[in-house]
Amino acid sequence: MIELLALNPSWWQETFLIKVPIGLLAVLLPAGTIVYLYLFKAISFMQSRLGPMEAGPYGSLQLLAEVGKWLQKEDIFPSKADKFVFAAAPFVVLMSTFLLVVVLPAGPDALFVDLDAGIYLAMAVSSVSVIGILMAGWSSANKYSLLGGIRAAGQLIAYELPLILAVVGVVIQAGTMNMQGIVLAQAEGEIFGWGGIGNPFILTQFIGFFIFMIAVQAELTQAPFDMPVAESELVTGYLTEYSGIRFLLFFIGEFASAGVFSAIAAVLFFGGWYVPGIDAGSQVFNVIGPLVLATKTMLIAFLIFWFRFTFPRFREDQLQRLAWKFLIPLSLANIAITGVLKVAV
Amino acid sequence: MVAQNVFFAILAILMIVSALKVVTTKNIVHAALWLVLVLAGVAGQFLLLGAEFVGVTQILVYIGAVIVLLLFGVMLTKASIGHEENINMPNRVLPAVIGTLMFAVMSYSIIDSYRGEELPKETVTSAAMVSDSIFSDFIIPFEAVSVLLLAALIGAVVIARKEPA
Repeated sequence: MIELLALNPSWWQETFLIKVPIGLLAVLLPAGTIVYLYLFKAISFMQSRLGPMEAGPYGSLQLLAEVGKWLQKEDIFPSKADKFVFAAAPFVVLMSTFLLVVVLPAGPDALFVDLDAGIYLAMAVSSVSVIGILMAGWSSANKYSLLGGIRAAGQLIAYELPLILAVVGVVIQAGTMNMQGIVLAQAEGEIFGWGGIGNPFILTQFIGFFIFMIAVQAELTQAPFDMPVAESELVTGYLTEYSGIRFLLFFIGEFASAGVFSAIAAVLFFGGWYVPGIDAGSQVFNVIGPLVLATKTMLIAFLIFWFRFTFPRFREDQLQRLAWKFLIPLSLANIAITGVLKVAV
Repeated sequence: MVAQNVFFAILAILMIVSALKVVTTKNIVHAALWLVLVLAGVAGQFLLLGAEFVGVTQILVYIGAVIVLLLFGVMLTKASIGHEENINMPNRVLPAVIGTLMFAVMSYSIIDSYRGEELPKETVTSAAMVSDSIFSDFIIPFEAVSVLLLAALIGAVVIARKEPA
């Protein structure tokens, strides 16, 4: 990509002048789109109302107005809070989201880093956000916050296992943990000898996709898995004491990770930046690849928010039972079957 | 190689300061959070050595699971904010002796096994190489560790389980 523009930047120029701004955009643009399209508009239409209409055409500038409002607010610390940990918690959550985007490929050359263990790194850094949530819950010196933090930790530990195990099926089939390799394996795959649309892993790994999406829903603490922020029981859980810019950071983290996880699902199960009909090695994908990936991401993100707006909240014991007694055995069975078929076929 | 040495020094200082904070801080949750920095430093050192898979595993297992469980347990039982009394162990001689002995043994073994030998430049160990060596050269230790972990898991379940009345 950079070679195409006939530039030859040094390592630090490439990192800080090109990759970091693009990475910020790659996280924030989908997050903003998701908030406006789904959280403001889709939910409103599902509930037979219009949603924001005043700021900009069809309320499209509402998000900017909200951000402006949050930025102006006073930075409040609870008097008994552990100030440093309280202040650091949103950054830990946000850092884990921003590290996730590093492994995403958006074209044959349009990527941040080509890591050999790409998807494994994504799974690892996504688990770091739990620490930020526990820090927020504990440092607020508020029993609702602490309860919310503990609920979040219990939930995230339980659903991390099916999340990772669901990915293992894809890794076995692709034969690599490299995200680019997973895209190419789908682009160059064949369905019983017919290579017309490649072989998107949704066709063979639909059980994995099903488990992955449920686990992502729980990892993002979106309804029906929103017990950590259950407003009727815990005010807003670990977010209770946060306001202004620190709440904004958590808010960005929540919707940015929804976007990034949808993008990971798009790469793992829907062929990432590849669309059928164009050769996978073509330079065209460096230009249209990001758009293709963004479109797939948005379609998958719609699923997440559709479920969020539709289903009522689980009970804590139902949540744990679903993870440990249903999703984990199912994903282990999926791995076993995929492994056998990989060797046998 | 110069850049690697510089980053090694930065990470090493971060790890040493954090490790000292783990044992001197007066708050148990702070100790756990400082431990996160130590373990993140270890992951960074692995990455500097080109051991990408091991570094990522360090993040996933130690930061993502062990520390989270630790914090979870501490917060469920007791986790007051501010200074806590009686958090430090009264007997400091024995741990100091054990720590010094461990340090001596490990430094000796590392210096002895790499005496003057330089690691080859630009070696990145791929996940495939790691798995190949685990499932060929180290298959018996690997299986033994798996069985040990399974036994520990079953043991924990047996201890935690309430006998039906």
